[in-house]
Amino acid sequence: MKSLGATFERFGGVNMLPVLIAVIALVLIGSPSTWITLTVAGLAMGMMIFLMASGLSLVFGLMDVLNFGHSAFVSFGAFVAASVLAGLGAWVAADSVFLNVLALLAAIIAAALFGLLAGWFFEQVIIKPVYRDHLRQILITMGALIVAEQIILTIWGGSPISVARPHFLAGSLIIGDVSIETYRIFAFALGLAAYVALYFVLNRTRIGLLVRAGVENREMVEALGFRIDRLFIGVFMAGSALAAIGGAMWAGYQTLITPAIGSEMMIIVFIVIIIGGLGSIEGSLLGALMVGLMGNYVAFLAPKMSLASNMLLMMAILLWRPYGLRPAVQ
Amino acid sequence: MTDATLAATGRQAIGRTGRFIVYAIVGLIGVCLFLAPFLFPDVRSQEVASRICVFIVLVASYDLLIGYTGIVSFAHTMFFGIGAYGAAIALKLMGPTWTALLTGSVIALVVSLLLAALVGMLSLRVKAIFFAMVTLAAASVMAVLASQLSDFTGGEDGIIYKIPKLFSPATKLLTDENGKVLKIFGVSANGKMALYYFVFFGSLLLYLVMMRIVASPLGTVLEAVRENEMRAEALGYRVVFYRTAIFCIAALIATCAGVMRAVWLKYTGPDTSLSFAIMIDILLMVVIGGMGTMLGAIIGATLMSLAQYYLKDLMEIASEATAGIPLLPDLLAPDRWLLWLGILFVLLVYFFPAGIAGTLMKKGAH
Amino acid sequence: MSAPILKLDDVYTDIAQYHVLHGVSMEIPEGGVHVLLGRNGAGKTTTLRTIMGLWQARQGAITFRGKAITGLHTSDIARHGIAYVPENMGIFGGLTVEENMRLASTDGQFDPERLKWIYTLFPALETFWTKSAWSLSGGQKQMLAIARAIIEKRDLILIDEPTKGLAPAIIHNMISAFREVAQETTILLVEQNFLFAKSLGQTVAVIDDGHIVHTGSMAALVEDQDLQTRLLSLSLDAHQ
Repeated sequence: MKSLGATFERFGGVNMLPVLIAVIALVLIGSPSTWITLTVAGLAMGMMIFLMASGLSLVFGLMDVLNFGHSAFVSFGAFVAASVLAGLGAWVAADSVFLNVLALLAAIIAAALFGLLAGWFFEQVIIKPVYRDHLRQILITMGALIVAEQIILTIWGGSPISVARPHFLAGSLIIGDVSIETYRIFAFALGLAAYVALYFVLNRTRIGLLVRAGVENREMVEALGFRIDRLFIGVFMAGSALAAIGGAMWAGYQTLITPAIGSEMMIIVFIVIIIGGLGSIEGSLLGALMVGLMGNYVAFLAPKMSLASNMLLMMAILLWRPYGLRPAVQ
Repeated sequence: MTDATLAATGRQAIGRTGRFIVYAIVGLIGVCLFLAPFLFPDVRSQEVASRICVFIVLVASYDLLIGYTGIVSFAHTMFFGIGAYGAAIALKLMGPTWTALLTGSVIALVVSLLLAALVGMLSLRVKAIFFAMVTLAAASVMAVLASQLSDFTGGEDGIIYKIPKLFSPATKLLTDENGKVLKIFGVSANGKMALYYFVFFGSLLLYLVMMRIVASPLGTVLEAVRENEMRAEALGYRVVFYRTAIFCIAALIATCAGVMRAVWLKYTGPDTSLSFAIMIDILLMVVIGGMGTMLGAIIGATLMSLAQYYLKDLMEIASEATAGIPLLPDLLAPDRWLLWLGILFVLLVYFFPAGIAGTLMKKGAH
Repeated sequence: MSAPILKLDDVYTDIAQYHVLHGVSMEIPEGGVHVLLGRNGAGKTTTLRTIMGLWQARQGAITFRGKAITGLHTSDIARHGIAYVPENMGIFGGLTVEENMRLASTDGQFDPERLKWIYTLFPALETFWTKSAWSLSGGQKQMLAIARAIIEKRDLILIDEPTKGLAPAIIHNMISAFREVAQETTILLVEQNFLFAKSLGQTVAVIDDGHIVHTGSMAALVEDQDLQTRLLSLSLDAHQ
């Protein structure tokens, strides 16, 4: 058993699990071209889920606050972006990559700004009074989620809204007999960029150092003379903005959104966080990629079992490692 | 007497009055529910009364978790749904017999027990907050499965079925000298009445079982665990075991409530049993009534159910009355009633975390 | 004796429903090592945490260099020049030794002279400078915790049971390090290990059941066998 564990670690340990999933899926699916299409879709989906999950995970790690209302940022991000894209309809449809990109940037930035603002408000009004009281935290953030969803219903109505994809992202890339949607490549690239940026901030800046230290031992960071509550507001706002960007990207991916978009993703986000381990962005990325790949492969092999398969994955990992694959605190 | 003792006596007096008010309200609700077929014979009121009965059980069993043990589960509707679907599928497949109902219930109870034990043992040993996430995930997976396995569950449309003949409105429970159905205070003693009392006494029985559990040594242990987990562990209580045990018990009771609801409605679908909206209802009821008080469940379930059925009418009127003003009609539309409940919920958790019953019954000197 | 650097006046602290400190009063003179002795659960750690603002005193006053610090935020108390080494050492295991040290320095920069001095006190830190802190041994973690407290000159260092679980050789190293550090600052040391305390302490306070039962010079306590038996049966029986 011990040598098996050592071999496992030598081959990259838990980081290789997504690859393992992909290899098993290749055997089961058989057709390489289908497999490539599904893998790209899974990676793109994983990166978007990562955007939604990373902030929640850091917020939990830093302050021991689990925000059940996090999905409201995803929903708002999706709807704000959809509205901006609809407003800039001419740019979106134009046959000019420049105007397309401008519209897309406007939508993503609007979602991010909204996330920052809403995050600040949420932290100050909803979360602050219930630090360190898990039961009331869960209840209050859940209540806030209900209110947020109702506000979305009031503003945008209950019927599905279609999201315009910028013209340059609308097509597919065809290599041999493999067809890959351009949007998926874009989503993957954006997610990857966000991960790299987060990694850089957390590992190379003083603020990042403080966040990582705070995740491990909040009190000690304060005893060294830092105000962790101020740091926390910043992390909370950044996490909310990331979730809103994730929501915006997801809206473009789905092309048809309803106010339930956030709650639907929330379940997946929770599964990702539990799989990855709370408080680390590496864990969130690992979990998100596994869930994204698994979801797409199973959706092809046994369409009805897609969500259930991720649930089973979570159960198995909980049995194996109760604190997730890569928790922040060893 | 010093000021301090005076104040304490004053508080005790308030506590006594408060407790009296709570008992009075609960007594009134109990009498109304018991006599509901006679007091409110119309169809809609009967539906409200039977929903209140079932939800009192559901909320009280949820309170065993959240109030008495301090664990937050979002899977309560899952067990409620398993009960409802168990009964529904059995009645559909095997016909409207008692055997079918019994078989369906037993299978549902076994499934619930296994699931609860699995989820409990997996996730109750790590951080409590994991448990909330795991149960939320499990409940949504179950809801998605129920809507996708439509051959079995009827999908989004749900299942319509017949129930045992005793409960049919044509059944005469008691007859007068002419062989016609006997009228008691002008209300026919027919199968509909039997059905209501099936729900009423079933709920009462389950409620009394829970009262017994709370007063038992198990209840004491659970409160010790809630107050100080490490200390309870140090005293030799196997915390995970007790938590899993109460989670299983609550799951079984919720399953029974699901069976009763399915029999009453003669229809089971995602909206009546598995949906997250019902989970939100339960949360609201338990917080409004008061966590950690069995009586709170009665008050919370009754208030919320009444509001759900009758407040929406009021909002409709208000919305129409404000038709000229911008935004207000939108906010007052009956569809937006969850908005106001959500705000109320947040405020309650901030300012009255003990809920109605808890606030009124707060013990004086502490 | 000069004015005390730290003064606790009738401090009461509750943790949840438990009353832990009932009226702790003591004065810590400036300079040297001062020891707070007491058995498990007597309130030693709570006293340090209350000074640091990690628990809030319900009543009473804490003054540092004549300024009231009661009720201040922990970070502000730290900025007044008080360092804290908790019982669990408070090492950030996911960070490297260097990153741990960098966080402890106000502006993230190191004074090379001072760093050299710390390396001579604790050579292991130089060896493991770029390694993750969780890979350090228990003794090395304790060294890092103390090094963090002295990376800049502080006025007062609160140290909670630094010898707990350490090998005698390392304790020996600690004693000489503490002596050197005490040249430039004041140390308030919480201990159960009387041998260690005795070799460092100038004054001693004994806490039992949430209040101070004895204060005096360490030398007097070491000489007075009767007093020692009476107090140390209080403070050391749990440690045997």
